[in-house]
Amino acid sequence: MSHSSDLARAASAPASPVVTATGHRGLDREEALIFELDAEGRSGVDLPEPPPVTPRLGGLARRRPIGLPGLAEPQVVRHYVRLSRRNYAIDLGLYPLGSCTMKHNPRLNEKLARLPGFADLHPLQPEETTQGALRLMHELTHWLTTLCGMPGVALTPAAGAQGELCGLLCIRAALRAGGDQRQVVLVADSAHGTNPATAAMAGYRVEAVPANARGRVDLQALKARLGPDVAAMMLTNPNTCGLFEDEIAEAAAAVHAAGAFVYCDGANFNALVGRVRPGDLGIDCMHLNLHKTFSTPHGGGGPGSGPVMLAAALAPYAPLPFLLREGERLRLVERREGEAAASFGRMKAFHGQMGMFIRALAYMLSHGGDGLKQVAEDAVLTANYVLARVGDVLSPSFPGPCMHECLFDDRFLKGTGVTTLDFAKALIDEGFHPMTMYFPLVVHGALLIEPTETESLDSLEEFIAALRHLAAEATAGRAERFTGAPHLAPRRRLDETAAARKPVLRWRPPDRPRAAE
Amino acid sequence: MSETRFTKDHEWIRLDGTVGTCGITDYAQQQLGDVVFVELPEIGRKVAKGEQTAVVESVKAAAEIYAPVGGEVVATNAAIVDEPAKVNAAAMGDAWFFRLRLADPREFAALMSDAEYQRFVEGLQ
Repeated sequence: MSHSSDLARAASAPASPVVTATGHRGLDREEALIFELDAEGRSGVDLPEPPPVTPRLGGLARRRPIGLPGLAEPQVVRHYVRLSRRNYAIDLGLYPLGSCTMKHNPRLNEKLARLPGFADLHPLQPEETTQGALRLMHELTHWLTTLCGMPGVALTPAAGAQGELCGLLCIRAALRAGGDQRQVVLVADSAHGTNPATAAMAGYRVEAVPANARGRVDLQALKARLGPDVAAMMLTNPNTCGLFEDEIAEAAAAVHAAGAFVYCDGANFNALVGRVRPGDLGIDCMHLNLHKTFSTPHGGGGPGSGPVMLAAALAPYAPLPFLLREGERLRLVERREGEAAASFGRMKAFHGQMGMFIRALAYMLSHGGDGLKQVAEDAVLTANYVLARVGDVLSPSFPGPCMHECLFDDRFLKGTGVTTLDFAKALIDEGFHPMTMYFPLVVHGALLIEPTETESLDSLEEFIAALRHLAAEATAGRAERFTGAPHLAPRRRLDETAAARKPVLRWRPPDRPRAAE
Repeated sequence: MSETRFTKDHEWIRLDGTVGTCGITDYAQQQLGDVVFVELPEIGRKVAKGEQTAVVESVKAAAEIYAPVGGEVVATNAAIVDEPAKVNAAAMGDAWFFRLRLADPREFAALMSDAEYQRFVEGLQ
């Protein structure tokens, strides 16, 4: 085994009376990189020698092997299964990342997505052979527009951030169609970090709107800044403090009066689904993360899917392709002409993440309207339960109640020598994935917890007990268990600073340094 | 004799004649933690007071650096791009970000003095 994994092993070994000859710890085996397992002449498949050919590649022919590792099939299987055992996933336990809505992915979704009539479709099949799939998309559109109270939807965006870009491009197209060249997008301080990046990518100058003392958008500051140069206001509701923007209707009215549009980041829609229709709040445009609210996999299991809901004023500018009903037939509008003449263009080669549409619709149909409403209620209930049960030992940043996530800052760690990062790492030793940390930026040393409706009371109690125990340990002066954490994970604390300052982006063979590649 | 003044966003500016050298304060680098990336403005760019002029990124967060006063960027410090750790080591000294030729010296006079900034930071803690 190579030098690099020896080093990694030394760094990972916790204090133990047993030093094993193999470096493995019980059945928790060390794992080399797949490239380090390479052996000359080894292969998982037996292919016949290719017949002799006269290459016509000229100077483009490869001069060196491409460097793929050679392994037998059982080695490959064991390698990836061992790695997967070290992974943490929503299928293994509570995953309290704030603003990520890591919820259970029901197995029914998977069963339906694997039906051959869906799974074996090809996007280039003739439309008369894909009417069932188009009907599914049409049904999904109906659910999404009904839940959001907004008439239009663009299904193509691949995930949340692409959805945001799609939304801003619709807004830009709508403004330009009226000869309006507004330059500025206002972004709430309490909005998601992707929002300003999206606005900048769409060619706008970004200006921040501060939060007020209650953690919501400062309405007076917003009104003071609005003017003929503002194209849109972007906010997240509930915002990244886990708080409902309770003045959103008045904010939206002010934005509209200034001739601008309201973009809402829908990543936190899990708190509202079935209870609040964003269209009723004055929102013109909002992406949904099917991989959050509607239980399709993410965090390595994706792909994501980020449909964008559109008000009537923005719908004509939606990207291609989109679905159109003609009597009993459905068709995808693929060209920028006729009813699609105003479309701003295309964001993706085909019609979006079909597999995720199936899973999301399965989730909606299996829950029904009343079930989805209960999803939002339970998601908000679990977060408030955590807030109520640890509020006396952590430092809640804002008085409750919260929505689907609860925000703490690091006041409770003051003088302990323990930082937010240390506290989060110690949670790994207790068997939990850490919460979101240092975000949102509006509070100091943030800890943002989103339990979701997936968790049972038992599961919440175990998590709460771990949080209370760690808070007691920190205030009792046991800083060493935090500053060295995680102690019990397969790897100890990684050096994030070195990783960012001197990133090693690919593996290189030890005997073949950089120059040889 | 050069004089250093401060903003509420934790930038400092040291004035020599009509050119001000700007950076982030020691308090700012402490709050950010290990700095891993710095982005500097183009020389010749004209900025207004409070306009985003540079970016600093740490393992915890990315933060914008605003121009403490309006003016034209006349120099930038490439050394901190090559070695962002310098910002942690010498925020108030060698790790300056950019130099501005001031458009209006009155903007400089309106900023906080050293003592005022120290009191401002104490109020935050």
